[in-house]
Amino acid sequence: MLADWTQQEVLTGTTIMAVEYNGGVVIGADSRTSSGTYVTNRTQDKLTPLTEYIYCCRSGSAADTQAIADHVRYYLDFSRISQGREPTVRYAAHVMQSILYNNRDNLSAAVIVAGWDEVNGGQVYCIPLGGLLVRQPMAAGGSGSTYIWGHLDAQFKPGMTDTECQEFVAKSVSLAIKRDGSSGGVCRLAVINRSGVQRRIIMHEDLPKSYDG
Amino acid sequence: MSSIGTGYDLDVSEYSPEGKLFQVEYAHKAVESSGTAVGICCRDGVVLAVENIVTSKLYETNCNRRVFHIDRHIGMAASGLLPDARAVARHAREEAADYRQSHGEPMPLSELASRVSNLMHAYTMYSAVRPFGCGVLLAAFENGRPQLYGVEPSGVYYSYHGYAIGKAKQNARTEIEKLKLAELSAANGVKEAAKIIYSCHDEVKDKYFELDLSLTSAETAGRHVIVTGEQWTEASNYAKAALEEHDSDDDV
Repeated sequence: MLADWTQQEVLTGTTIMAVEYNGGVVIGADSRTSSGTYVTNRTQDKLTPLTEYIYCCRSGSAADTQAIADHVRYYLDFSRISQGREPTVRYAAHVMQSILYNNRDNLSAAVIVAGWDEVNGGQVYCIPLGGLLVRQPMAAGGSGSTYIWGHLDAQFKPGMTDTECQEFVAKSVSLAIKRDGSSGGVCRLAVINRSGVQRRIIMHEDLPKSYDG
Repeated sequence: MSSIGTGYDLDVSEYSPEGKLFQVEYAHKAVESSGTAVGICCRDGVVLAVENIVTSKLYETNCNRRVFHIDRHIGMAASGLLPDARAVARHAREEAADYRQSHGEPMPLSELASRVSNLMHAYTMYSAVRPFGCGVLLAAFENGRPQLYGVEPSGVYYSYHGYAIGKAKQNARTEIEKLKLAELSAANGVKEAAKIIYSCHDEVKDKYFELDLSLTSAETAGRHVIVTGEQWTEASNYAKAALEEHDSDDDV
């Protein structure tokens, strides 16, 4: 008799989020990958680069989202060469969406595409399960997000500064890590703006404190 | 051999000993004998204007326009054989629509110009086809930046601040050079473009012509619009007035 987790799909039971601020975007995620109740990886990186200025936050099947991200990266690399300029965030989101929508019956993937471009600055695009594409000033996804929507709605402000925004994302992801059984480990952050990507890790013991009851 | 040529013009892709492709040069001639088309990049938009020569009074006005919509944000003006220009426009529209479909955003003009140029160049290389007998100007106002491209029958294309093709291209280009493009507003650009078309028109050779005007600017929110109605009348009157003033100066 095999253990149940060997029979279950590897899922990024996740908390992911992305927020636009005045000059770019901040994206964040927890680091837990699980198969059922078993934690397959406690230091997973769910913030996956698509270009130097565009990232995606992955949730759903780890295999599906990795494969799709690879595919989108290929498209964007091709676009950079043929057009001689960095691809726009909107194009990245569009490519991601077409793949997710066209294969919606065979995929289990929900992603947030976020990044910065010369034309429209920082942008966040949310692509949930069926392949819908919407631009939002703030997006959150994965099982952990359900526990923090109230906090997000209450605390989000448009046009935050870089630091304010990082604090907001770190706090939100930490709250989700605490309540969601499928989210955990460290909090990974990335700030994307005109000068590129700046990445941060907040170790588990350094996560912002909140009510422990 | 029926023609008086040297025999190097029987096939599009045949070089003369001087390294010329005669069929391509003839295609250029077709453009040079057609009404002038002018494109001007202004401070906050791009203007296209065409001297649309009318060969018979029996035509209804505006039935054979030489300015085309390619996409919501892209306009095209053509000089040369009109049916060829229409074929180019159809192709350009398909390219722009395909791009929208696959990229989820409007096509950048640089991309479209490259595609149109590829098409026109391809038609200089195969024996089953002839080069396009038209040159085109492509215009867009993208992200606050005016853009103008000119594509020739050979497939050569450049990006311009201002350009003219057709019969009076030399005169028109000289006139464009006199304008201060960095200061000129698109609204005034429409008038200046009209004036250039009127001043280049040769009344002796071609009696009638229609003035085709189009514009894409900050005011039109980046959309390409054909100039009609009051704005057209105003531009046309401005051009006529400037011309009369010029003529009366000559009398003195």
